[in-house]
Amino acid sequence: MAVTDTLAGSDVAGTADEPTAPRGKRRFVASPAAWLVWGVVVFFFVNLAALVGSVLVNSFARQWFGTWLPNGWTTKWYSQAWDSFGLLHVIVVTLQVSGLVVGISLLIGVPASFVLARRSFPGKSLVFFAFLLPIMMPPITYGIPLATVLYKYELAGTMTGVVLANLVPSVPFVILTMTPFVEQVDRRIEDAARMCGAGLTATFTRILAPLLLPGILAAGILVLVRTVAMFELTFLTAGPDSQTLVVALYYSMSAAGIRAQQSVDAMAVIYTSMMLVLLVIALRFVNPTQLVARVKEEQ
Amino acid sequence: MSVSTPVGSAVPEHEGAGGWRHRLAERGIDRQLWLLAPAVVFVVLLFLYPFFYGLQLSFQPNEGGPFSDYDRFFSDAYQRDTIGTTLKLSLPAALFNVLAAVPLAYRMRGRFRGKRLVTTVLVVPITLGTVLTAEGLLNYLGPAGWFNRILMDLHLVHEPVTLIHNYWGVFFSLVITGFPFAFLLILSYLSGIDPSLERAAATMGAGWWQRFRRITLPLLTPGLATTFCLTFVLAFSVFPSAILVGNPAGSTRVISIAAYQAAYEQYDYPYASAIAMVMGLVELAVIALVLLWRTTLFKGSTGGKG
Repeated sequence: MAVTDTLAGSDVAGTADEPTAPRGKRRFVASPAAWLVWGVVVFFFVNLAALVGSVLVNSFARQWFGTWLPNGWTTKWYSQAWDSFGLLHVIVVTLQVSGLVVGISLLIGVPASFVLARRSFPGKSLVFFAFLLPIMMPPITYGIPLATVLYKYELAGTMTGVVLANLVPSVPFVILTMTPFVEQVDRRIEDAARMCGAGLTATFTRILAPLLLPGILAAGILVLVRTVAMFELTFLTAGPDSQTLVVALYYSMSAAGIRAQQSVDAMAVIYTSMMLVLLVIALRFVNPTQLVARVKEEQ
Repeated sequence: MSVSTPVGSAVPEHEGAGGWRHRLAERGIDRQLWLLAPAVVFVVLLFLYPFFYGLQLSFQPNEGGPFSDYDRFFSDAYQRDTIGTTLKLSLPAALFNVLAAVPLAYRMRGRFRGKRLVTTVLVVPITLGTVLTAEGLLNYLGPAGWFNRILMDLHLVHEPVTLIHNYWGVFFSLVITGFPFAFLLILSYLSGIDPSLERAAATMGAGWWQRFRRITLPLLTPGLATTFCLTFVLAFSVFPSAILVGNPAGSTRVISIAAYQAAYEQYDYPYASAIAMVMGLVELAVIALVLLWRTTLFKGSTGGKG
């Protein structure tokens, strides 16, 4: 038991079993299980890197048939993708849609999460269940009836329709993400504000909103990432002028043969770099491991 | 306005007119609940209404009695088998993602240098999205891709292995998008388990396997069930990758393809709604089974709960 996992650092086993090893100088001995786990991780990452790399290489390739590397490099696929897919328009639409979705879902979701976190009222579990359902159902299941309804009211194919469809999973997502943040805020602060004569609006805008700002940012950025990546709902409701980047990418890919594959790859690289920027911003505000259970890291 | 006085400490200002309001407030209903109204209206209008609209549409087929669209789906083997195809893809993929994430998360639950970096790198696949993953799989695992070249240069195989445009292509795509998600969730459940419990077990002489098997795993299992449900939902609704890297006419013709074709290629909305309802029902049945099993597990305050 003393030979267990020290590669993983300050493990539970480490504190219990190695009084001799001084802190900071760890034995680089790991059990076979540890090596196996890390080996699998490295294997996963090598393949993943190769997968992304092959797209990246192909997007800069002049020609690439049956060799290790292409026989020349060029950036023309990027300019070609930019022009022939009208990428500027697509990116503007993507940003508009996701910006609207983030704004509206925060406006609707944050007050609701406040009530759900603080209050108990008859039928609360029913309301909570109704908010949980859109997250638990596959998007296609409610996407097709939703698209049918949107067609009935002539909203499908427009940007309004795309925004409405994307709000369906976003609002519950904001509510679920925000609830632990609301629970963290000390109730007595609100009570004190009320005693000092602040009404509901003043309590909300001047006391709660500043305290909840980290949570609001986290929820907003996560919704942004999700909306940019959301394929199914946008695909079902978008028209030619309201496509987001993922959907345009899908269409260009499934119509293979018409476009050079490198051009599609260039577009995919643009999409990924956009997502990567969003992710890096997101990780500045959110610790991804604390989304479910907010627990103090052990000192 | 001095609304929403905390329950119990409220002093009725006016008898009579304000009395009913006060009585409601004692049951937890007061004006603060209006904050919930936009969200409720939203869910009713954009989720429940379309859902029930689709439900009643599925009972009004273009021809035949109220159940003829369901009958059509279940009597046509080509359509009926999509349920099996979807489950055959999504159940193993979700199970694999959860089971592979447990040892990794267990190893990473403590604090060590570079943890933040490793977690960040593990989250990156989430940003790839299904379409880029599909494109990458086509390039990398294709007959002339790097993967097959390595295998052939190492003389492990003589002909390129077919890994795309079949079951495995979709499976890999589900693992790439689902695994980081499962890992993050499990890691956060694991860090919710009190480490002193394991330390206590260690002082009583339990080895790492005993500690994992008797302490951590029972506390983690409810979280695992939740994680399984969420990854299963992701895998069950597989759509773009089943078309792009799969074999959408054969071995990976999942139920969402059937629903999509009915709606957007045949313009038969009642039939499409019927398929969508079947799809939702099958998925909810699996989730209900898992959650039912979860209720039999330990639910304590030591963390790891859903």
